[in-house]
Amino acid sequence: MAKIEPVGGPVYPLDFPQKHLLGIEGLSAADITALLDRAEGEILVSRQVEKKKNVLRGRTQINIFFEASTRTQSSFEIAGKRLGADVMNMSVASSSVKKGETLIDTAQTLNAMRPDILVVRHHAAGAVHLLARKVSCSVINAGDGAHEHPTQALLDALTIRRHKGPLHDLTIAICGDVLHSRVARSNIILLNTMGARVRVIGPSTLMPKGIERMGTEVFTSMKDGLKGADIVMMLRLQRERMAGSFVPSVREYFRYWGLDQEKLSYAKPDALVMHPGPMNRGVEIDPEVADGPQSLIAEQVEMGVAVRMAVLEALAEHLPND
Amino acid sequence: MPLATSSLPASGRRASDTSRPTVFAHARVIDPARGLDAIGSVIVAEGRIIAAGPEVLNQGAPEGWEIVDCAGKIVAPGLVDMRVFVGEPGHEHRETLASASRAAAAGGVTTIITMPDTDPVIDDPALVDFVMRRARDTARVRVHPMAALTRGLNGAETVEIGLLKESGAVAFTDGRKSVSSALVMRRALRYGRDFGALIVHHVEEETLAGAGVVTEGEFASRLGLAGIPREAEIIMLERDMRLVALTGGRYHAAQISTSDSVEIIRAAKARGLDVTAAVSVAHLSLNEMDIGTYRSFLKLSPPLRHEDDRLAMVQGVADGTIDIVVSSHDPQDVEMKRQPFAESGSGAVGLETLLPAAMRLVHNGDLTWLQLFSVLAMNPARRLGLDVGTLSPGAQADLIVVDPEVAWILDRATLQSRSKNTPFENARFSGRVLRTLVGGETVFEG
Repeated sequence: MAKIEPVGGPVYPLDFPQKHLLGIEGLSAADITALLDRAEGEILVSRQVEKKKNVLRGRTQINIFFEASTRTQSSFEIAGKRLGADVMNMSVASSSVKKGETLIDTAQTLNAMRPDILVVRHHAAGAVHLLARKVSCSVINAGDGAHEHPTQALLDALTIRRHKGPLHDLTIAICGDVLHSRVARSNIILLNTMGARVRVIGPSTLMPKGIERMGTEVFTSMKDGLKGADIVMMLRLQRERMAGSFVPSVREYFRYWGLDQEKLSYAKPDALVMHPGPMNRGVEIDPEVADGPQSLIAEQVEMGVAVRMAVLEALAEHLPND
Repeated sequence: MPLATSSLPASGRRASDTSRPTVFAHARVIDPARGLDAIGSVIVAEGRIIAAGPEVLNQGAPEGWEIVDCAGKIVAPGLVDMRVFVGEPGHEHRETLASASRAAAAGGVTTIITMPDTDPVIDDPALVDFVMRRARDTARVRVHPMAALTRGLNGAETVEIGLLKESGAVAFTDGRKSVSSALVMRRALRYGRDFGALIVHHVEEETLAGAGVVTEGEFASRLGLAGIPREAEIIMLERDMRLVALTGGRYHAAQISTSDSVEIIRAAKARGLDVTAAVSVAHLSLNEMDIGTYRSFLKLSPPLRHEDDRLAMVQGVADGTIDIVVSSHDPQDVEMKRQPFAESGSGAVGLETLLPAAMRLVHNGDLTWLQLFSVLAMNPARRLGLDVGTLSPGAQADLIVVDPEVAWILDRATLQSRSKNTPFENARFSGRVLRTLVGGETVFEG
C-alpha cells in the first residue's frame, strides 16, 4: 500500500528529540531551529487576548529555584500557565536544603509528588544534571552555576533572528564577565552551532582559560572587538568581583568595558544591544544605551516567555500519556 | 635508626599453628629488595620469612610442612600504603580502623599509614597511643599513624616532634592541608632534622587554588567549574625544595600530579636533597576527562589533570623520580558525595583498587613487576624505616599471593570499605589478590 503523505506536512517537521533540556551542548542546528520556529508561534499566543493553550492541561510543573531569580522564575511560570499547566514555585533558600538535606534527597522528595516537568536553577554547575539523573520527569535547566542557561541563549537567538535574519552570517560580540557567566557559555555554544562568528571581549581576569578553543575570538579592547559587530551582548558584572581582585573598581571597569555611545559607535551602525538582565546601569552599560533606540533589552523579556513555552511544549510531547 | 615496632594485630586472623612452616611453591617470587624475580618458593614459619627464591626447595619439603601450590601466581611483599585517611576517631561512620584494615587486607595492603586529620587531630602522644592500641585490638593489618605537623592542623605551632616520634608516629604531616607559612615549614624541617623526622606535605598553594575544584583549563571552562591552576602545586613544591636546601630536612611530597613537579623532584634529588615523592594510583590511571558529567567520585585533591600530566606521572614512576605510589584512600560518606560537584567532598576510597589499578602499568609495559613492588612496598617501608616490604630471610612474613591475569569488573557494592566512593566503579582490571598474610597469618583469602 502506498504511503499517504500528510497534506501540507507537519507544522514542526523536526521533532525535538530530548527528554530534558539541560544545556545547549548536544543540540543540533536543526533542534535549535525547530525550537525557535515553534517559539514564533508562541509569540502570537502571548499577543492575543486569550493567552491560553491546553497542551499542558493536567500537567504539573514545579519551578525549583535554589538561587533567587525574579525574571526567569516568573517567565517560566507564565509560560507554563499559558500552556495550561499547574505551576508551583519553590524557592529553596529557606527550606530543607538549608537543614543539610542533600540535593538528591530533595530530588527524590519532589519526584514523589509526581511532577511532569521540573524547572531548576542552582548555584552549582552540574547540579541540574545530578538532579535529572534522580527523577523520572522532564527537567529544564534554568541556570546552573557558571555552566549553562539554555533558555536564555534560545531567547537571545530568537530575538536576534527576528531582527537580523539567519544567524550564520552575523558577528556577535559578548562583552564582560565571561568567566562567571552561564549565559555566555550557552550563547557561545548556540551561536557556534548556528554558524555565527563569536567574539568575547573583557579583561583577561574575567576570561575562562581555553575560551579560544570554544569557538571564540578573544579581545581585551572594546574598540577592536566591537569593530564590525552586528550584535553587542553585554553581561552583568557582579559587584563582589571587585573583592576577588578580578577588577579593581567599578569606575575603571566602566571606563574600559562599560558600553556607552562612543564604544557602541565602533560596531556596525545598525548594531543592536542586548543584555540578559538584571542590568547594572553605570557598571557594564550606560543608561543612555540601555534605554536607547539600538536596545533590544525589553524585547528579550517578551521572547523569553515565548521560548520557554516552546521548550515546555516540545518536552511535553515526550511525556507519557498513560 | 630505631625500627618502628608495630604491635601485631590480633583480630580477623585465621587461627593456625604458626610454628608449622608453610611453603608457597612454584610461584613467581618477586622481592625488589634483592632484585629477585624468579620462579621458586617462599617458606614462612613463626611469622617470619625463612627463605624465598628459586632454589629454596631443591631437596623437597620435609614431612608436615603445608605446601601451597602457587603455579602461575605471584608471591610478593605485602603493600605499604603511605596515605590512608581513616575516620577513627571522630568519623567512624566513614571508616573505622577495623573496616579500613579489612579493605586493606582484601587489597593486598599489609601496612597502612594513617593520616592525622581525624577528630580529634592526632597531635599528641596520647592520641598516637590511642590509634595504635585501637589498631592492635581491631585491625588485621599493621597500622602506623602519621602525626600532625602543627597543633590541630592550625599551620602555626609545630607539634612535639620528639615525643610523638617516640610514641610511634612514623612521620609528620598536616594531611589534606598545606602549611602556608614558609616560616613554620622552615622550622619544622630544621627541628625535625634533629630527630630524623620525616616531614610529609600536601603541596598546594591554597590562595592560588582558591575555590577551584578541577584543574584549570578548557575542560573546567566548558563545565563552568572553578579551576585550580597546576601552578598551585608547582609553586608550593618549589618553595619546599628551597626550604629543604636551607634546612637539610627530610621531606616527602605526599602526592604530586604535574609534569613540572616531576622535574622539580628530579632536580632536587640531583642536588642531593633528602627528598622523596609519591603519586596516587588515581593520578596514574585517570585524567580530568574521566570526570565526565560532574561525577563527584572523581573529585580529588590534587584534582585529576590533563592526559599529558598523567603520562608524565607514569614516566616519573618508571624512571624512579617518583618513589612511592599510594592509594590516598579517603572514605567519604553519602552525604558528602550526593551533592553538586563543587559542593561535594574531595577524595576517593582506594585500598582495594591500589594494586589492581597499579598492575595495569605492568600489563601496559610501563613498569616491571620489580618496579611495581618497589614503589608499592619496598620504597615506602624504607622511607618510613619499617622492617617490612621485603621477602628477605628473617623479614616479617607480610606477603601476598596474586593472580596477575584474572579479569574482573569492580562492583562497588562488594568493597570492604565502609564508604563506597570509588572512582573505579565498573572498571575492568586484570589481576587480583588471592591471599594476604600479615606476620605469617592469613588475614584475607579471596
